[in-house]
Amino acid sequence: MTTLQPPVAAEPRPAPPPAKRDRRSWTGWGFIGPFVVVFALVFLAPIAYSVYLSLFRDQLIGGNQFVGLDNYTRALQDDAFWSAVGRVALFLVIQVPIMLGIALLVALALDSGRLYGKSFFRITIFLPYAVPAVVATLMWGFMYGTKYGLVGDIDSAFGVTLPDLLSPDWVLASIGNIVTWEFVGYNMLIFYSALRVVPTSLYEAAEIDGAGQWRIITAIKLPAIRGALVIATIFSIIGSFQLFNEPSILRPLALNSITTDFTPNYYTYSLSFNGQQHNYSATVAIIMGVITMIVAYAVQLRGMRKGA
Amino acid sequence: MSTSVTASPAKSAAPRLRTPRRKHTPGKPKRNMLLTVLMGLMVLYTVVPLIWLVINSTKTQSGLADSNGLWFAHDFALWDNVRDTFTYHDGIFGRWLLNTLLYVVLGAGGATLLAVLGGYALAKFQFPGKRAIFAVVIGAVAVPATALAVPTFLMFSKMGLTDTPWAVIIPSLVSPFGLYLMWVFAAEAIPTELLEAARMDGAGEVRTFFRVALPLLAPGIVTVLLFTTVATWNNYFLPLIMLKDPDWYPLTLGLSAWSNQAQTIGGDVIFNLVITGSLLTIVPLIAAFLFLQKYWQSGLAAGSVKE
Repeated sequence: MTTLQPPVAAEPRPAPPPAKRDRRSWTGWGFIGPFVVVFALVFLAPIAYSVYLSLFRDQLIGGNQFVGLDNYTRALQDDAFWSAVGRVALFLVIQVPIMLGIALLVALALDSGRLYGKSFFRITIFLPYAVPAVVATLMWGFMYGTKYGLVGDIDSAFGVTLPDLLSPDWVLASIGNIVTWEFVGYNMLIFYSALRVVPTSLYEAAEIDGAGQWRIITAIKLPAIRGALVIATIFSIIGSFQLFNEPSILRPLALNSITTDFTPNYYTYSLSFNGQQHNYSATVAIIMGVITMIVAYAVQLRGMRKGA
Repeated sequence: MSTSVTASPAKSAAPRLRTPRRKHTPGKPKRNMLLTVLMGLMVLYTVVPLIWLVINSTKTQSGLADSNGLWFAHDFALWDNVRDTFTYHDGIFGRWLLNTLLYVVLGAGGATLLAVLGGYALAKFQFPGKRAIFAVVIGAVAVPATALAVPTFLMFSKMGLTDTPWAVIIPSLVSPFGLYLMWVFAAEAIPTELLEAARMDGAGEVRTFFRVALPLLAPGIVTVLLFTTVATWNNYFLPLIMLKDPDWYPLTLGLSAWSNQAQTIGGDVIFNLVITGSLLTIVPLIAAFLFLQKYWQSGLAAGSVKE
């Protein structure tokens, strides 16, 4: 996961109208110009270039040839691609609700004012966000080990045999645990920031009307932070579909369980850098981008409709 | 921390930022032991891997193999490990550390600068194309960054930029999240009347920005800088595809290379150095978050202000 995750709850409000509405000028461009130039270079140009690439095929004989939508037809029938998509879809359906559910519970607990040592909890649970995916995966990877790792220690201490967390049956869950560990605190912080700006007077009014804590949570707090919930969900979905770092770093420890087409992103990476199939790789990346955007958009529509 | 959030610079700078809350004297919630214990379990889950990392960085390679993961081995080798981490392979770890700092200073610093300028423009100016910029930037956030990586690599390789620091720095310069956060923050923290007054007094746009706007944006800038720093410091995928020469690796890529070394035939197994190097990699960022927490937490809170 990268920088692209706004921990924000509210939709951006349009800037307050300037004193004089006719102050429309190009001055603003002086400030935003540099951002736009670099943005065009590292976002728009690569998107355009990958669309271009996806329409060609690089052949040993004949060189670069225009093939129209052939690459797309191939991808739609590619079992490796679809099984990777299925894997991240399964991951997303299980891991994202667990992670966001825990994050929400922690945020509500922090916000309730019923905790001892609240600020300690908040900062501690957030800390894994500062740990690089590489380090997080290496740590957990060592701990998962049945021979020298923590799992092995538990086995020998209690005379039990825990399942091998790096075996094909368990590796997806093991990756889910790493991702949950990395991002639960980050999402908690998004929810908590959103909860902080709900006016307390609402809770007081509800209490006077005889509402219990549960009712206050479901009737006031959750609707108030719906925007934050939707945004966190969307970015978690994008993150799941992009899954690459954790499986690729874990792979040396779990060679039998993690293949180089384990996730769609891993597949595009392998196609491009091990298989030299740049054109096909660009096609797979585009299809995955479109799938991601459709799902994210659907979640956004649904999330926003609920309260409308 | 709730007190320091409200007492933050943002508060004095922009009184509208938030209404004071939690005075709530009638029916002040009672502290709950059970809830605290449950949260304690959550903290345990969070810190056990970190404790594991600290403990195991004190062990030698053989100590790692034959001692319990959550307790110290008989030999305490932390200082030897740190020394070995920095001297192994002609001190390449130090080089990776410097590379990472370079990428952070230029990448995260540049990203923050561009985001501050752009966010200020979006919040305080009307200009042609503003809506289009908003639509495109927000739309681009939904495009998986990794989907861009392959075409970016091919583009950069045609431009001769791959395997140079620029291949890592230039893509780091754009932080749509930073732009968004600065925009929301600037809209809240800078009263438009103040800008009008400065202009009325004859200050040019550049002067107005530096003298009036910039000081008010400080908490937002710290927040964006911290988050872009994390993104750059922790970046793995981009350097992985862009860099071949280990001399240009950042820490993350170097650590995974050391770890993978054990899998190659005849490779030197240096898990003790991987673990110690990991610890050295996370300490600066965790320290930054702890020391700056009152700034970034107030910066984040401003992003979620609602009417």
